[in-house]
Amino acid sequence: MTTLTFAILLIVSCSGYLLNRRAARSLLDGGQRLHSIPQFHGLYSGLTILVPVLTLVLLWLVLQGPLTDWIVMAALPTIDVGELSSGARQLLLAEIKSIAGGRMFGTPADWKIAAADRLVFYRNAASLLLLLATLLSTLILLMRARGKVTSEFRARQGSEKIIHGLLVFCSTVAIFTTIGIIFALLFETIKFFRLVPVTDFLFGLNWEPQIPIREDQIAAAGAFGWLPVLLGTLVITVLALFIAVPVGLVSAVYLNEFAPRNLRKIAKPLLEILAGVPTVVYGFFAVLVVAPAIRGAGQAIGLPVSPNTAMAAGGVMGIMLIPFISSFADDAMSAVPRALRDGALALGATRAEMMMNIVFPAAIPGIAGGVLLAVSRAIGETMIVVMAAGLIASLTINPLDSVTTITVQIVTLLIGDTSFDNPKTLAAFALGMMLFLVTLGINIFAIRIVRKYREAYD
Amino acid sequence: MDASAIKSETVITSSSVKITSSLKKRHGKQLRLQIYGIAALGFAGMMLSILVGSIASSGYQAFVQTHLELEVYVDPAEIPAEKLPRGGFDDVLVKSLASHFPNVDVSNRAEMRKLGSILSNGAQFDLRDRIVANPDLIGATISMTVPVADPYDQLAKGEIRRDTPENQRKISDVQIAWFDKLEQDGLISTPFNWALFTSADSRFPELAGLRGAIVGSFWALLVCFVISFPLGIGAAIYLEEFAPKNRTSDLIEININNLAAVPSVVFGLLALAVFIGWFGLPRSAPLVGGMTLALMTMPTIIIATRAALKAVPPSIREAALGIGASRQQVVFDHVLPLALPGILTGTIIGLAQALGETAPLLLIGMNAFITSAAGSPLESATALPTQIFIWADSPERGFVSRTSAAILVLLGFLILMNGIAIFLRNRFERDW
Repeated sequence: MTTLTFAILLIVSCSGYLLNRRAARSLLDGGQRLHSIPQFHGLYSGLTILVPVLTLVLLWLVLQGPLTDWIVMAALPTIDVGELSSGARQLLLAEIKSIAGGRMFGTPADWKIAAADRLVFYRNAASLLLLLATLLSTLILLMRARGKVTSEFRARQGSEKIIHGLLVFCSTVAIFTTIGIIFALLFETIKFFRLVPVTDFLFGLNWEPQIPIREDQIAAAGAFGWLPVLLGTLVITVLALFIAVPVGLVSAVYLNEFAPRNLRKIAKPLLEILAGVPTVVYGFFAVLVVAPAIRGAGQAIGLPVSPNTAMAAGGVMGIMLIPFISSFADDAMSAVPRALRDGALALGATRAEMMMNIVFPAAIPGIAGGVLLAVSRAIGETMIVVMAAGLIASLTINPLDSVTTITVQIVTLLIGDTSFDNPKTLAAFALGMMLFLVTLGINIFAIRIVRKYREAYD
Repeated sequence: MDASAIKSETVITSSSVKITSSLKKRHGKQLRLQIYGIAALGFAGMMLSILVGSIASSGYQAFVQTHLELEVYVDPAEIPAEKLPRGGFDDVLVKSLASHFPNVDVSNRAEMRKLGSILSNGAQFDLRDRIVANPDLIGATISMTVPVADPYDQLAKGEIRRDTPENQRKISDVQIAWFDKLEQDGLISTPFNWALFTSADSRFPELAGLRGAIVGSFWALLVCFVISFPLGIGAAIYLEEFAPKNRTSDLIEININNLAAVPSVVFGLLALAVFIGWFGLPRSAPLVGGMTLALMTMPTIIIATRAALKAVPPSIREAALGIGASRQQVVFDHVLPLALPGILTGTIIGLAQALGETAPLLLIGMNAFITSAAGSPLESATALPTQIFIWADSPERGFVSRTSAAILVLLGFLILMNGIAIFLRNRFERDW
């Protein structure tokens, strides 16, 4: 039904285009001078049909699901449902939905089947109504647009105004996304802080999110102090930078000044490949090769190494960040004006002295920006740590131990079926909020540094 | 010659001596810096080759699969025609397997079960499908090529070593002897593993394939493209060609740059809370995955499009304006077509990034266990990277090489997409 709706919308808008173009052409043929060429008359008709009705259809489709659910749930007999908690209500709704979808487990109660039937009825009615509404509104708009074809009608201005509006809308999607992220995180985080005090979260030294689901289950009481998780994140980030910064910077200096043209031709794409490898591949690499290797080396010299040591995750993340830092540093050093280099060489500096004493210091702001962006990447990187780092949060800075990170916790808390009202799920959003704020802060700072520096030489 | 000139000459000689004597040291420093540079590059190159090498060396084995050729007598007593599609398909298979081993007691159920473990669990379903499709086969003897179970596959590939003690292996000495007998009889073959591409996920490594994941990734990328391509181009055109330079457009620009650097897992949280929680879209659906990836790909497309639009020389715009085109006509009729190769290149690179993105898909449930390929973007599915994640977590030995093979397939797609992008760039890029 939805496909049919979209098909009707598309067909009517196209025919609106063709109809108005032909009408305008016949005016031309009749010897009149038109303000706009026939294509614009057609475009005007097509756009005035497509844009409003498409908005209507999309809004309808978004609202239809929650609305039908709400009507069905509101009409349930109160004797059976009574005062259910929101989790139980969600479960009930899911059951009714699966009955409506034809998947029955056992023999559900009669009132559930009736509710499912009602749900199916409302759904069908809503799609049918949408189809009729689309048909009707497109036809009305088609007639209206058709009536506008006259020699004086400013169709070009009309359609250009609509297109301009569409372009503005496109560019605001980025803003809406940011707003969406902030609101989504904020709502769930506020819910979380209603269950767990803010101070416990921010200053607590214990992270044990495994809380009992049923009353009789034996599990830890649940503790939500994020500091051990933050510490783990920092340990892995520092390890990653320990590899990425020296290797990245030295290779950038070499590529920028010393590398023969041929080597540069090979090395640049090589680094690009390294940057293009998906992180899930790095994660598997860490588990398959790096972690066993580190463990073997540790055993050989008698060091106790945990199976998912922070060193494996951090090291592989460092490898992932090498091309990032290297290309940033290369760009920053290339942006240093030629005159500075020539001046240094003319004063008798060797090329190494010129790079290390003149070009590198001059490029430091850009390089610092790149390193900061790498830090924010390392903090937000998910797949490598999910696969290679540990799950248990412990307050340690020993890189051979197993540590956990913010992203690991977010993923493990949210994998599987989730309901939105227990602290375990909501904790993931609170962590997400912290992650977003930290990386946002670093990013803004880094972008500002890079920009400021770029302007200095222009 | 006066005193000061003499003095300056001695200064020059003394400093030139100083310079010459320190020159060697300074050149040594330069050499060391170069060596460090080569070492750093070598380290990066070595890591890349270890990465690719280790994955290729463990993955190539999954591209072949050990098969067993069987002459199966479809016993009407075990599979009565009127009871189809039910019947003792597994018993029939094991019996035909037992016919190769005269000294195996057919009535000993435990031994028969041990023997049956050579066959993949999927073999009986293959047989069932064939007989249901053609019930006339009941009573006949048919020839079948079925995959062997994972431990035997690993044995044939040398991953399970014969010299490990029996109690540390998954299969016993007797079972190895059986397998060797079958191999001697010439019944074992190792053809190319088409099932890796034609079947969907399975609990059994020898049956698991990537079809579901490839189809899921296709739907997600299609949705991602349909949303992010027009929105990205529209936003770029507005910002580059029409936007007044004021606070609002500055704000939009900062926003886009920030979005490009927001961790991917945060987009997953957004999708979980907004698309699934508020809009009520189905979990695990490629539609939601594609929408999420679209939000992440959009900044890439916007940045690439702006660069491509900037590269079109102003003379084109001026010429079009000069003969009376409106500003929009200039952009849509002249600038945009010229910028299109650059835009497409950027878009393909953005989509390649989206193809490898995993974390947001995990949060919206695209890591479910799904044994069929999705027929539409609204059905549950996995994607290639999430399938890699699922397999990497599976304990069975066979999944290690399947994971590596899946990674090779993913890298293959990425190379293909980037290759197309490079081709487009080289073929259509113009120097103005």
